[in-house]
Amino acid sequence: MSPDPSPLDLAAPGFGNPTGPIVRFENVGLRYGAGREVLSDITFKLHPGRFYFLTGPSGAGKTTLLKLLYLAQSPSRGAISMFGDDASVLSRERRTQLRRRIGVVFQDFRLVPHLTVFDNVALPLRLAGVAEEELVDPVTDMIEWVGLSRATNQRPSTLSGGEQQRVAIARAVITRPELLVADEPTGNVDPQMAVRLLHLFTAMNKMGTTVVLATHDTSLMHRQGDAAVMRLEKGRLDDPTGVLRNPPDRKSAR
Amino acid sequence: MILTGRERAWIAVKRGASALRNRWFPKPASAPLLSQKAVAGPVPWVIAIMTALTVVAAAGGLALGSIARTAEADLAGGVTVQIAGPAQDEARKQASAAVDALRQMPGVRDVRRLTDAEREALLRPWLGDAALDDGEPGDDSLLVLPELIELRLTAETQDGGIDAIRKALAEPAPDATVSADMDWLAPLEGAISALQWLAVALVGLLVTATAASVLLASRSALAANHDTIEIMHLLGAHDSQVAQMFQKTAGMSAAAGGAAGFAVAQATIIALGRRFADLGPGNTAAGLHWYDWIALVLIPVAGVALAAFTARVTVLATLRRMP
Ligand SMILES: Nc1ncnc2c1ncn2[C@@H]1O[C@H](COP(=O)(O)OP(=O)(O)O)[C@@H](O)[C@H]1O
Ligand SMILES: [Mg+2]
Repeated sequence: MSPDPSPLDLAAPGFGNPTGPIVRFENVGLRYGAGREVLSDITFKLHPGRFYFLTGPSGAGKTTLLKLLYLAQSPSRGAISMFGDDASVLSRERRTQLRRRIGVVFQDFRLVPHLTVFDNVALPLRLAGVAEEELVDPVTDMIEWVGLSRATNQRPSTLSGGEQQRVAIARAVITRPELLVADEPTGNVDPQMAVRLLHLFTAMNKMGTTVVLATHDTSLMHRQGDAAVMRLEKGRLDDPTGVLRNPPDRKSAR
Repeated sequence: MILTGRERAWIAVKRGASALRNRWFPKPASAPLLSQKAVAGPVPWVIAIMTALTVVAAAGGLALGSIARTAEADLAGGVTVQIAGPAQDEARKQASAAVDALRQMPGVRDVRRLTDAEREALLRPWLGDAALDDGEPGDDSLLVLPELIELRLTAETQDGGIDAIRKALAEPAPDATVSADMDWLAPLEGAISALQWLAVALVGLLVTATAASVLLASRSALAANHDTIEIMHLLGAHDSQVAQMFQKTAGMSAAAGGAAGFAVAQATIIALGRRFADLGPGNTAAGLHWYDWIALVLIPVAGVALAAFTARVTVLATLRRMP
């Protein structure tokens, strides 16, 4: 199976400054309510166009870290900058604008239950005001790419976990976001499909999307040799490759 | 593909039109982003039932009011002078003297002495043919029928007009009793106004109950959609976009319920109106006017507005709690 990049041939997103980091975490800590800190002293930078894996045992705080990345959560302490903006002082309008530059594959998929597969995948485009006649082709292609053409008009509840996950992925990448955040996106699919989906993320990454992929799957990480690996352990980030603080030159890394 | 200048211009015009359309009518309005059923929950049913009840009660109140007004308009300014007691000749003498005196009074018009036939016709239902019909009308029959004089006061003289008439008749017709026709209506009017107040109170209670149930039903339907709201939010929807979607969907479902409820109420009112019309002429459609119908239509319209408004406020409040 070779990746077919055609569904990604949408209008290129307007990238900002390509050289500076697009995400910067500085001593970030987070606690839910009055509980203990789930994340502590998290410091890293994400550079545009790179591919990052986020690993760590269950309960280490991967999902929580990703929530901070896709602006669904605010840190209890520390500073986060997204696309050059200080996340703690964002206006509501600006947060919405930034969210539209981020594609998210939620761990629990979060498909809209009463919408068909097509309408779920089309949702981000419709929210962005894309005209109906302009979204039919890319949405159809994307659904075909994740292998769900026969389910286009079905509701999510009629699909298996793996199929729902693929719908979630299609929805996350349909807008060709600048930053793609995927929370265990291959957790429910067979190894063959996992590889195919990884190709989708790689293809997007080649076209400039920064990818952050949380996963347990070490074989997947080995397939993507030049990716940086962030490892979370009990809410603390350990940086086995040192890549987060001192990113290698992209050319030499490839 | 090579395009002529005209084709390019046409494409540019179409693009511009579509951009304007998107601006004025944001896409979510036309795209199926929400399912009607999922958002509405029981709201349409609640609105249908409450609308039907409220409209029927309100129609009852309005019909009573309009019946009372019609009767009042007929009777207002009407005065009846009755001369009863003295023997027939004396009564006749006093009556014609009274008519003369009344005709000279300012502010009094349409003075008319009822003929013997008319007086007998008035009394026949109570006295029966036997008492009246054993001779020519006006013969010295067993009964001396009271003399009756009808008149109307002009609008300016209605207050105190009765007293003026009593004074004016004291000498020419000492046996005259003067009464305003409105006095006849007084007990009926009291009953009607009591019923009307009852209808007002009932409608007030029903409107409150409707508002409360629309509010609660909308809120619980929206609570069930919390996840959908959150997904939209995380996918980069503007608060106003999400609010508009829910508001529109909730409004449309409420409109369906309101229309159904109003149709039921209308059928009920018209059927009742027919029954009342059978009672006598002049009571068409239970005495409802076109402006009464407009007031009734406002009830479901207000229900729809309330459902849409509740959806908007609830969704915005839900979104505010999301970072
Ligand atoms: N909404 C929440 N409220 C309270 N605690 C939470 C919440 N979400 C996650 N946690 C806790 O935070 C820790 C990290 O969870 P999570 O980020 O989901 O880890 P991972 O994704 O690595 O499995 C866990 O101990 C979990 O119980
Ligand atoms: Mg997780």
